[in-house]
Amino acid sequence: MSASDHPAAIRLRQLSIRLGLGSAAFEAVQNVSLDIEPGQFVCLLGPSGCGKSTLLGALAGHLTPASGQALLDGERVAGPHPERGLVFQHHTLFPWKTVAQNVAFGLKMKGVDAATRQRQAEEFIDLVGLTGFARHYPGQLSGGMQQRVEIARVLINHPRVLLMDEPFGALDALTRLKMQELLLEIRERIRTTVLFVTHDIDEALLLADRVLIMSPRPGRIIEDLPVDLPRPRFAAAGSARFASLKQHCLALLRYDEPATSLPRLTPLGAPPAHQLQFAI
Amino acid sequence: MTTATGLALSNPPKPSRIVRWPAAGGYAAQAGSLLGCVLFWHLASTHHWHAGFITFANVPAPLEVLAAARELFESPKLWLHLRASLLRVGIGFAIAGVLGVAAGLLIGRFEWARRVLLTPLEVLRPIPAVAWIPLSILVFPSSEASMIFITFVGAVFPILLNTIHGVEGVDPRLTASARSLGAGRWRVFPEVILPAAAPAIVTGLSIGMGTCWFCLVTAEMISGQFGIGYYTWESYTLQNYASIVVGMLLIGVLGMGSSVLIRVIGQRLTPWQRGRA
Repeated sequence: MSASDHPAAIRLRQLSIRLGLGSAAFEAVQNVSLDIEPGQFVCLLGPSGCGKSTLLGALAGHLTPASGQALLDGERVAGPHPERGLVFQHHTLFPWKTVAQNVAFGLKMKGVDAATRQRQAEEFIDLVGLTGFARHYPGQLSGGMQQRVEIARVLINHPRVLLMDEPFGALDALTRLKMQELLLEIRERIRTTVLFVTHDIDEALLLADRVLIMSPRPGRIIEDLPVDLPRPRFAAAGSARFASLKQHCLALLRYDEPATSLPRLTPLGAPPAHQLQFAI
Repeated sequence: MTTATGLALSNPPKPSRIVRWPAAGGYAAQAGSLLGCVLFWHLASTHHWHAGFITFANVPAPLEVLAAARELFESPKLWLHLRASLLRVGIGFAIAGVLGVAAGLLIGRFEWARRVLLTPLEVLRPIPAVAWIPLSILVFPSSEASMIFITFVGAVFPILLNTIHGVEGVDPRLTASARSLGAGRWRVFPEVILPAAAPAIVTGLSIGMGTCWFCLVTAEMISGQFGIGYYTWESYTLQNYASIVVGMLLIGVLGMGSSVLIRVIGQRLTPWQRGRA
């Protein structure tokens, strides 16, 4: 029926990304190679500023690799495209559009007629549990609801890859749990490859088929951990297997703390001070 | 950015306190301050106050101005003056709005546009409208066109600069998201950049409307028979001081009114901004 029924394989080959200009330039990601099977749910786990989000930005097409390649089903990523949906930590809904107009944005860009747009937007609003909020403006919603709209807006394009940059990181614990359940529920219905960036070990173990752990900057992948816990896992969070996986991750993430904590990177590049250089 | 509605003239030092007053009390304060100004003017001019470096001895009194205003308002020329000025300001402002916003969007968004356009514009910006008169007479064959050009010069820079500022302030994540959702390089302008920069653009248009009126006297110095600016300038050459003040006040009131109008229209067009501090 749609592209979402054909999740894409992600392949990174010797990917390096440099951020910043001149003397402030640094290597955010170094020689990363990995393969993700179609439909796999992969969490990228690592310390703040290690380049997880940068990797996501390259796959989304907002950052150009310094060397190496990012491939989707063997095709090189060049620029942003709706088949690679990107969800930011803080929502990027258009405040001047209603929930329905925000969700329907991708369809509008495709030239779908208004009636079809409206109908499909309603469907996806229902899917994320926001029935009845179609005519609200984003500013009238809570943080969790805004993030639901953001997810619906990406999913309506039937992305073959869903790139999520700590999408629940700014939510309170209870809302976050609900959102994690919702995401897994949605994935039962819409098959797509998911690359999910987080620094929360519990979150990674709850969601992922596979956890990739990254080193501090320059980011490299130091562990490729299959998560074989049976689903649903929300009850299994106290199990011995869960605890041992968590211990394993913790041990890998416990390095000598750098003297100054690194600024958070975003899928659009370096922190705001440098951001001017990254025109999209 | 403080965009307190319609308080441009009576800008209070602590707007937050004014807002908390009951509406009637607020209006009373505004009317009171206006009355106070007129009263001071009346006392100073009728008593010929003289404070050394400044003197009110030759200033026409409010009642003389009122008489001159009545004369103008009863004259059939009033409508002709108003129509001529409104037309010039309207056309000059409209062209400034279109060009200022368009250039501002490009300069704010694209580095090449900034490099190409901004330097000459920055050189032209400090030149006062009055200095443009000779050149505009040389360049434009009709004096009407040169007058419209002067009002255009008055309006275009605030509009341009506020638009640039607004575009630069657009969250890059919004444009990135739009691009990821399938918006093309140019499609992001109507879909994202224009609405996101709209509040700043409205502010620029409102300021530009004010400066447009600001330059009206200058423009209508060029020639013509009609126009509020022309009326004011003519009254000066005829040493008809009361009429000068009538012209000044008329320009002030029309300028304030049209700026408020722009703000009200702007707020109608940006409903999502309502209720934001």
